[in-house]
Amino acid sequence: MPAILSIRDLRKTYQGGLEALKGVSLDIEEGEILALLGPNGAGKTTLISIICGITTASSGTVTVAGHDIVDEFRAARALIGLVPQDIALEPFEKVRNTVRFSRGLFGKRRDDARVEDVLRRLSLWDRRDAQIKELSGGMKRRVLIAKALAHEPRVLFLDEPTAGVDVELRRDMWEIVAELKASGVTIILTTHYIEEAEAIADRVGVISRGRLLLVEEKARLMKRMGRKQLEVELTDPIPEIPPALARHRLRLSRDGRRLIFTYDRQGRRTGITALLNDVAAAGLVLRDVQTRQSSLEDIFVDLVHGEQA
Amino acid sequence: MNWLAIAAIYRFEMNRFFRTLMQSFLSPVLSTSLYFIVFGAAIGSRIREVEGISYGAFIVPGLVMLSVMTQALSNASFGIYFPKFIGTIYELLSAPVSFLEIVIGYVGAAATKALFIGAVILATASFFVDLSIAHPAAMVAFLLLTCFSFALLGFIIGIWAGNFEQLQIVPLLVVTPLVFLGGAFYSTSMLPPVWQKITLFNPVVYLVSGFRWSFFGMADVPVGWSLLAIALFTAACLTVIWWIFRTGWRIRS
Repeated sequence: MPAILSIRDLRKTYQGGLEALKGVSLDIEEGEILALLGPNGAGKTTLISIICGITTASSGTVTVAGHDIVDEFRAARALIGLVPQDIALEPFEKVRNTVRFSRGLFGKRRDDARVEDVLRRLSLWDRRDAQIKELSGGMKRRVLIAKALAHEPRVLFLDEPTAGVDVELRRDMWEIVAELKASGVTIILTTHYIEEAEAIADRVGVISRGRLLLVEEKARLMKRMGRKQLEVELTDPIPEIPPALARHRLRLSRDGRRLIFTYDRQGRRTGITALLNDVAAAGLVLRDVQTRQSSLEDIFVDLVHGEQA
Repeated sequence: MNWLAIAAIYRFEMNRFFRTLMQSFLSPVLSTSLYFIVFGAAIGSRIREVEGISYGAFIVPGLVMLSVMTQALSNASFGIYFPKFIGTIYELLSAPVSFLEIVIGYVGAAATKALFIGAVILATASFFVDLSIAHPAAMVAFLLLTCFSFALLGFIIGIWAGNFEQLQIVPLLVVTPLVFLGGAFYSTSMLPPVWQKITLFNPVVYLVSGFRWSFFGMADVPVGWSLLAIALFTAACLTVIWWIFRTGWRIRS
């Protein structure tokens, strides 16, 4: 698939000398959902702000569907919708008017049917004539999304879409994102909730201290970097790991009931058979056995710590 | 040119005006009426005619200018400052609009509001005094130019202001004194000779004088000077705006 967004060696040094981006290059394919993960201050918002035209880059280029964001800013920006991190809305304006305004601002003719469609998809139609200040926080976030979608963008940026949002609304957001993807919109979201990236992203990029540490398909990333754990639950607790099992480098849970074995699924031999044989030979009686895939969160922490070390 | 964007900004700004239409309408009517009661009826009855014009009629152009300047300035400065303050400026910056289009939208809306208020004041004044306009076309031109140039200045102030205090400080500390000392309520020929000279450094003198000329055919300074002054003032504002546009000053980091 062709890249709809192409970022080349993007750098940003703020006036105070803060180097927010240190040469980021990235291609984003049409129709995918890319999650940019990173701790606070990693450069996620700066990256989005440059692409959307809010901040100027110190050097490097960005093209959207082949249009340079500086030289052809009109063509580039017309393709982009942005949902900012903070709720910023004119409090006294009505929902429908503010969405209409966004559409006009992006150079699209008034189209009430289109605005209605966007408001319905975001469950805002019933509140179309309410003033923004009357809405709940979750509703305001939906209005921000509606505004970003009003001009039918091909690329949508969601900057921390679920920061400070309750669980139910977060699930709703994910559903909305899935629907948008189905309609062909490319989505780039930043988050520091690993759970979010894990739930909805096709690819994951990890950004830390202004550098893109990696970009990889989520499933492959988890497979490549993911470790699995085998947990063996014993019928009777033991005070310490028997010497016969020492070679397996196990960990014993505090209550002495569970033996935890970490292994690499990529290896030809995982060592599970040998472990279970040795457990049986040591005379331990098993009550239960389960495995657990390490989460994106574990991978993320490993990566960011590895980089910082 | 993204005309649809200009129209969207203009409409959005005018909506704010219409939401508070009663305030927008009532406050100039009330303040103009008060001026006429105080200056026209109470004090004006003891003032001889000024240059052959009744005092009540003489102050009308000054009153209109006073309101038009402050309204154009405050509407434009608030119009662009508010999105900065509440954060909605992100949308303007990320939209496919040029800075010029943003300026046209905001300044156009602020000038329209000022023009509306100027018209309301003129209409109110006509209830109190007999008004005749000697040069209607020139009157409209002066009014329009003043609306636009002060809206431009207001836009610059709105971009510059970092808080609400700064937003108020230029209108309060600079514009209001200049307007009051700019011959809105008197002819500069009524001043002592020294002050007649000093007052020529006040740009508002030229605007009020030119505007008054369009009503009564008489002016404190030649009307050509007035036109030159307003042209220079507009050019200065446009230059500053062009510079802001080039550098992204206080808008884009």
